[in-house]
Parts: sequence; C-alpha cells; structure tokens
Amino acid sequence: MSVVKRIEAVNDFVVKFANVNGSGSASANELFAKAVLRMGVPVSPRNIFPSNIQGLPTWYEVRVSEKGWLGRRGGIDMMVAMNPQTWEQDLREIEPGGYLFYDSTRPLPASAFRDDITVIAMPVTAICNATYEDPRQRTLFKNIMVLGALAALMEVDTAVIEKLFSEQYRGKERLLESNVRALQAGASFAREHLKPPIGLRVKRADAVGERIFIDGNAAAALGCVYGGATVCAWYPITPSSSVAEAFIGYCKKLRHDPASGEARYAIIQAEDEIASIGMVVGAGWNGARAFTATSGPGVSLMTEFIGLAYFAEIPVTIINVQRGGPSTGMPTRTQQADLISSAYASHGDTKHVLLLPQDPKECFEFAAAALDLADRLQTPVFVMTDLDIGMNQRLCEPFEWDDERRYDRGKVMSAAELETGREFARYKDVDGDGIPWRTLPGTHPTQGAYFTRGTTRDAHARYSEAGPDYVYNVQRLLKKFTFAAALVPPPEVRAAARRTRLGVIYFGSTAPAMDEALVSLEKAGIPLDAMRLRAFPFPASVNEFIDTHDQVFVVEQNRDAQMRQLLVNELEVDPARLVPVLHYDGTPITARAIAQSITRRIHQFAVAPAPAKERTR
Amino acid sequence: MTYIAKPRLHHPSLEKNKVGYTRRDYEGKVSTLCAGCGHDSISAAIIQACWQLDVEPHRVAKLSGIGCSSKTPDYFLGASHGFNTVHGRMPSVLTGAALANRELLYLGVSGDGDSASIGLGQFAHAMRRGVRMVYIVENNGVYGLTKGQFSATADRGSVSKKKVVNNDSPVDLVGMALQLGATYVARGFSGDKAQLVPLIEGAIRHGGAAFLDVISPCVAFNNHEGSTRSYDHVRAHNEALNRIDFIDLAPEVQSSAEVIDLRQSDGSVMRLRKLHAGHDPTDRAAALAVNQAMQAQGEVATGLLYVDPAARDLHAALGTVAKPLNQLGEAELSPGAAALARINAGLR
Repeated sequence: MSVVKRIEAVNDFVVKFANVNGSGSASANELFAKAVLRMGVPVSPRNIFPSNIQGLPTWYEVRVSEKGWLGRRGGIDMMVAMNPQTWEQDLREIEPGGYLFYDSTRPLPASAFRDDITVIAMPVTAICNATYEDPRQRTLFKNIMVLGALAALMEVDTAVIEKLFSEQYRGKERLLESNVRALQAGASFAREHLKPPIGLRVKRADAVGERIFIDGNAAAALGCVYGGATVCAWYPITPSSSVAEAFIGYCKKLRHDPASGEARYAIIQAEDEIASIGMVVGAGWNGARAFTATSGPGVSLMTEFIGLAYFAEIPVTIINVQRGGPSTGMPTRTQQADLISSAYASHGDTKHVLLLPQDPKECFEFAAAALDLADRLQTPVFVMTDLDIGMNQRLCEPFEWDDERRYDRGKVMSAAELETGREFARYKDVDGDGIPWRTLPGTHPTQGAYFTRGTTRDAHARYSEAGPDYVYNVQRLLKKFTFAAALVPPPEVRAAARRTRLGVIYFGSTAPAMDEALVSLEKAGIPLDAMRLRAFPFPASVNEFIDTHDQVFVVEQNRDAQMRQLLVNELEVDPARLVPVLHYDGTPITARAIAQSITRRIHQFAVAPAPAKERTR
Repeated sequence: MTYIAKPRLHHPSLEKNKVGYTRRDYEGKVSTLCAGCGHDSISAAIIQACWQLDVEPHRVAKLSGIGCSSKTPDYFLGASHGFNTVHGRMPSVLTGAALANRELLYLGVSGDGDSASIGLGQFAHAMRRGVRMVYIVENNGVYGLTKGQFSATADRGSVSKKKVVNNDSPVDLVGMALQLGATYVARGFSGDKAQLVPLIEGAIRHGGAAFLDVISPCVAFNNHEGSTRSYDHVRAHNEALNRIDFIDLAPEVQSSAEVIDLRQSDGSVMRLRKLHAGHDPTDRAAALAVNQAMQAQGEVATGLLYVDPAARDLHAALGTVAKPLNQLGEAELSPGAAALARINAGLR
C-alpha cells in the first residue's frame, strides 16, 4: 500500500459483492443500490449468478456514476468479499489502490491479501452470533449489518435505507424494527472501529431525475399488458421466466373486470416451448393478441411453428431473452447470440422481424409495438432482449402511454365488409404491400371461411403445388418483409463532434457501454459516427450510413459477428467495410473493452505498408 | 387434399334443420382419401351430428395435425374455418384458439400417428387442461400417407401388409385420456355409424375435454388377415358397452336398470342404453377397468366409457370473462396513462 495511492472517488466507482447463492444477500445488495439511487446518484447493478438455487458463488456488481454511465465499466474499486470459495479470484479483480471489505471472524494469514489495496476487516459472523440466537437471523442480518457498515464507510445516508425498509416492510413492524437495528449495529461498528469515511464516497446529487428503476423482463411484460396481449403461453426457462411471471402479476392488478372480477387474459404454463408457441399460433389465428417469452433453446424448439406462422401468415410475438449458447450454454450469462437463429428461424426460405430494445423503456415500447406489428404484418415478430437487460434493474426514462393510441389490428375483414360483396382472397396482394386480408373464424355464415395450412396454396387458400402459385406466394412474403422495414423502429444516428470517415453500428444491451465508449474515444482523438440499430429488416438508412463511412465497426456480444453477417447478407455490403468488435464471455460488454478494441483496430489500419521485399511473394 | 369443390346445387326438397341448413351445407370438398377409407365415414358422421344438433357451420373451428386423418377437415364443414397445423401439435393450436374465443365449437381431428406418436405429449396435456373440444382420433394403427409403417397404437403381434410383426406394446389413447382427466371418453368404429353419430353429438354437447377414439380401418395398408384394425377383426371383436339413444333438451331425467339419462352442462339430456351389465359411465375407475379387462380378452370396448356430465373447462379454471378475448378492445385491455404514471412512481 505504500506505493499505490488509494482510490479517491465521489459518486464514481464500482462495488462488487461476492456472496454465496441462497444466503439472502440479494435483497441487501439491492438495498445498497437503491439507497444510492435515492440519494440522486445513478447506479447500474448487475447480478452475476449461477444456474443454482443454493451454495454456488454469486456476485452483485454496482456501478455508481453521477455522470450516468449505466454500462459495465470493468474493474472493481471495492470488493465486499463474503464468499471464501471465490476469495482469490475476488481479490485479483480489485483495482490497485482499491478496497477490500471482508468478514474477519476467522483470521487469515497476511499472504491471503494484497499490499496495494486497503483492507477493511469486520468480524461480521462473530458480531451476529453474539447478537442473535436464531441461526436464520444470524445469516439474514449479517447482510444488513454489512450494509450498515458500508453505509457508514461510504457516507450513504442510513435514513434513506431506513425509508426503504419502511416501504418494504409496511405493516410488518417487527421485521422493520429488527432490520433497522441490524443496520444501525453495522453502522456503529464501522464508525467506532473502521475509521470512516474511505476514499469511495456517495454524495447527494440530483442526477436521477424522473427516471425509473426496473428490469427489462418486467418492462416487457408491462408492454404486453398495455399492448393488449390477452393470451400468454410460456414454459419456464432462464432468463425469460420472469417475463411471464411479471405478466401474471401485472394482469392480476390491472386486467380484471372491475364488476365481475373476471380475467381479461388467459395465461398457460405449457408443457414445453413447442406447445407454448402452438398456443400462441392458435390464439393469433383466432384474432387474440398472444405472446410467448423464451430464450435460445426455446426458440430452437419453436422453429417448426415459427415457419408455419411465417408461411400461413399468423401474428405471433416472441420475447427472446437471450443467454449464452449454443445448447444449454451459459444459462445465467448474457449474449446476443440468437440473432441468426431468430432472424431465419425454420426450414425453407424464411425471414422474421426482430426488434432490438436497448433498455427497459424500449422493452416496454417494443413489446407493445411487436403486438401491433405482428397483427399488421401477420407474421412472427421477435423482441430480442438479453439477460443483461432482462434480469437487471436498470435506470431508464419513465414509461409513456397515449390513451388515444389505438391498437393496429391489421387487415381483418369483418362480416359487414364481407356482406358488401368485397372480394376475399386470403393470400392475394390487393394493396400492393404484400400483406393479404384475413378473416377470423366464426365471422360470417357463408363468406370468408378458408382453410389454413402449412402446405402451398393459391391466392384463395386452396391447396396447390403449382410452381407459379408457390412463387407468387413466396415473392409476396418477401415483398411484405421488405415493406416491414418501413414500419419497424428506425435506427438512431449520432454524429461525432468532428467529421469522420469512421462509424460504429451497435444495438441492444451494448448501448450504455457504447455511449460511454464513444465519449472516451472522442476524448482520445477518435471521433465516431454511431448508429444504433433498433430492428431487422434494415431500412435504407443503414445502407446509407455504411456507404458514407470508410470503415464501420460492428459491436456485438457473440463470437460469430451475427449482426455483421445479417448486414453483409441482407444489404450486400462489402464485408471488408464492416469491422467486427466482439465480446462473448457471458459478461455484459464494457466501455473499456469497446474503446480498447476500436483503438487497437484503428492503429492497425494506420500501420504503414510493409517493406517492398516482404510484399514480393 | 383437393381443390375440387362439390357442386353447390341443392335439391329444393332437402330437409332443413332448425337453423335453416340442409345436410349438404355441412359438407366440404371431395375427399381424396382411398375409396372405402374409414375416415370418410367419420367425416360423414361429423356432418350428420352437426346437422342434427343444429350447429351453425361457421361457428365451428376445425383443427388437425398432419396425416390422412388430418386432411379430412377439408372434406366436411366447408363453411367453417379450418387449420391444418403441424404434425402432432394440433392440441396446442386448438388450445390457443379456444382461449382466444370461447364461443366457437372446437373440433380437433387427429390420427394415431399424430396423437399417439409425435404428438403424445400434446395429446396428454390438452386432456389434463380440460380444453372444451371434441377431439377425434381416427385410429387405424398405421401410417397411411407414408405407406404402411406401424403406428404406436398397433397391437403387439399385429402383422403388417409386408408381413412384419409388431413387437411393441400399443398406446391406448382411451386409457390415457381416462387417466389424464378427460371428462368425456368414448370409442367408436367407423363401420358403425349408428353408434358413432350420437357419440359425436354427446361430445359436441359436452362442457369439457371430450375425446373419441374411432377405430377406422385403412383399406390400403391395414385391412388384411393378421391386422387387428381391419374391418373384419373390429366387427368380430367390438363389444359395445352402451348406446346413446338420443340427445335432446329433455326436461325429464330418468334412470333404470336399462337406461341412464345424463344431463350435461348445456342442459341437454343424453339417454344411454346400457348393454354391458354393471358399467356405470360416470365412474372413471370403472371405465378404466372395463377398458383394460376387455383389452385383455382381445375385445374392443366401444360406446361411451366415461362422462362427467357437469364437467368444467379451461376457461372456468382460468376465470376468464364471458366476452371472447379476441373481441376485447383498448378500453378493456390498456390500463391507461394514469395507471402507468402510478406504476412509474412506484419504480423510483
């Protein structure tokens, strides 16, 4: 510690909690994040958890950033090391000059520490054992005591935490009181023995504003409620289960007939993903707005039905909360690796609409938009979130809804329209957009009935294997898909402060890290024009963006540069123009990693031509 | 499948039912199945049952999977919407459709390959959930459309047309439906229309998951000596437990040693004439027992094996509104901007 200066930072640091899964640490850690937030300082917490209920290591990383950077930064300023299993690894992660907080009940040899960090020892277990009789309380209040100590060390206002307790334990006074006591005990110990404050401190600010704090899965579920979904069929799979669970919760509160108490929704936990998508297809065919939530392995199972919905033209909304693949892969880690398997799901020639939300706000908006788009386009629409957005609470702009907004139910011919003698041909392009009209079962006694099938048919839905009928149909589907590019959320473009021939394309959960990387790159003399994709198919503006730049970095969280492949494939771009910047170890991408990778690539471009003799072979 | 529509010329003297339709109005396109196929008899029985019960054709949704049986919805009820889904997955699509609009009659048509092999899981779970539907398996013990492979319902020891002996135990869908909670379980034979039509009618009137296993010989691949699904074999070994005499909106309900009247949830009464001493069609365990006992003797129990006349369906379990979900609009579905402002406030 003699040579390395200890880190001094106000409202700008990263704390990581290393815990054992199932020890009740999650709620205490979340309280820390929320308390900082309530003090007006933006935070972005990330749960790093195993596919396990009890016993395996779990971490909770909180980035505190008054500037509002919500991506992962990389590096840890303070490690709260409560798990002996991961001690060595946790210790290594601390930045030089950083801090280690640990439970010193059992003494550790000096060799177990580093000499370039500040070590803060608190005999948490010993204190708890002395204070509480009940073994369960000993474990639970340990976390709260640590929280109290950290609050004292970092000048987090304990009154704010007490306020959070009182909201959490409304009506449960005994629980409230015992939590407050544990919190104060931790804080007092720190004040008496640990010489607060340390170099990392929280100071009240006004940098949060009207923003809300929610995870993307709950936001997507709420979007489905507002978007008018009435049927949800799902099968539990990490990291998407909480979409359906949140939908259940919101529907219970928001979707019961006030007079009769009856449900204006139907939710089925199906026997597998095949049945869930089958139910969504059946409901969509019959005119109800329906969705499923799943992850990569579920999409793999659903592909036959997705092909049917594409070919038979049935509205389907799929929320794909991506995780690390292939196979079971990394079920509790994040990736953007289902782009191709979703965009082209099914055998035969198929293409599907993908929406790419960057945060919970867009999860809400795009879930509602997907239901409209699916009805308008009569096709499957994917909302491509991931574990990072889906399962972590994220600060975002508040949700908005216009009460004047009308659901776009698409081209559904009514009994009255059929009565007028208007021609009904299920698979005929009468409007020039490739989208045919449909009727719902039960509409009219004598007109508009047709037979839906996955086999080829003519424009009147009659079975046909005639080549021209097939070609007419699949060409029309392609036309419809091209038309979709004008309906989906357009990309967002941000021009660099200075003119540049370099651009970057990114999407989804990469956005907060990218925002930060763009600023640091610009400071380092590398200005980049940036385009955030928000949907597939790509509108013409994507082609224009690539055309107007010499090199475009494509930043994504998978090994095979899947978005770059889609761009090359769909826009017929020269692959040499698109430079992949990839991150795929299962952790959320960081601003540091993006900036370093781009800087390195730029230096490579700038390398002078090799000497002539080496170029002769 | 076919694109040949039957001529729409109706003889003026054709009898009309109470909702104004003649039997011809319940027909579909010309069947492309083999001449003599049992499935066509089942289609005819469906037509008869719907006409007799005054079902409006357009208020029926016909769903099927893949295979010979799954083609048949194109050959009846031409004024209904139909959906030929994917192999073995009709039950999930039907479930979703039934959730979207509880007012239609859902008719699922499947085969033994479709329901007992690739779709066994979906078959089982649809029965468990009590989806209100008429689920008919046209059971011929063979894959017809791919030319004669055994299906999972083929009896052990049964011999194929190519003289292959089946060594696997059969899946008995009636036994499974009983175990899994179906509330109307019947077995019919495509060669006995007098028995089959009332069984279908009873299923249409039923308020929960109705399952009909209909033995339907495949004249092309499974109608030979040594097959246990041939017309001759089934005629010789078919043991009817009972016969449904009529289904009506009768006010009086009676019960005796010979007949039992069962009132289903829509108010209709089904009079059952007992042919097998002692079988109580409202006793699920007895139905399982008699089904197995007859199987052990090489006989096929037909008739209505089990019914819970007061069955509830999935919508009742979910407590959904009476108005079909597909007809709810923004006012009923969107909680509105004010509610959203409160939600936002709770997230700070």
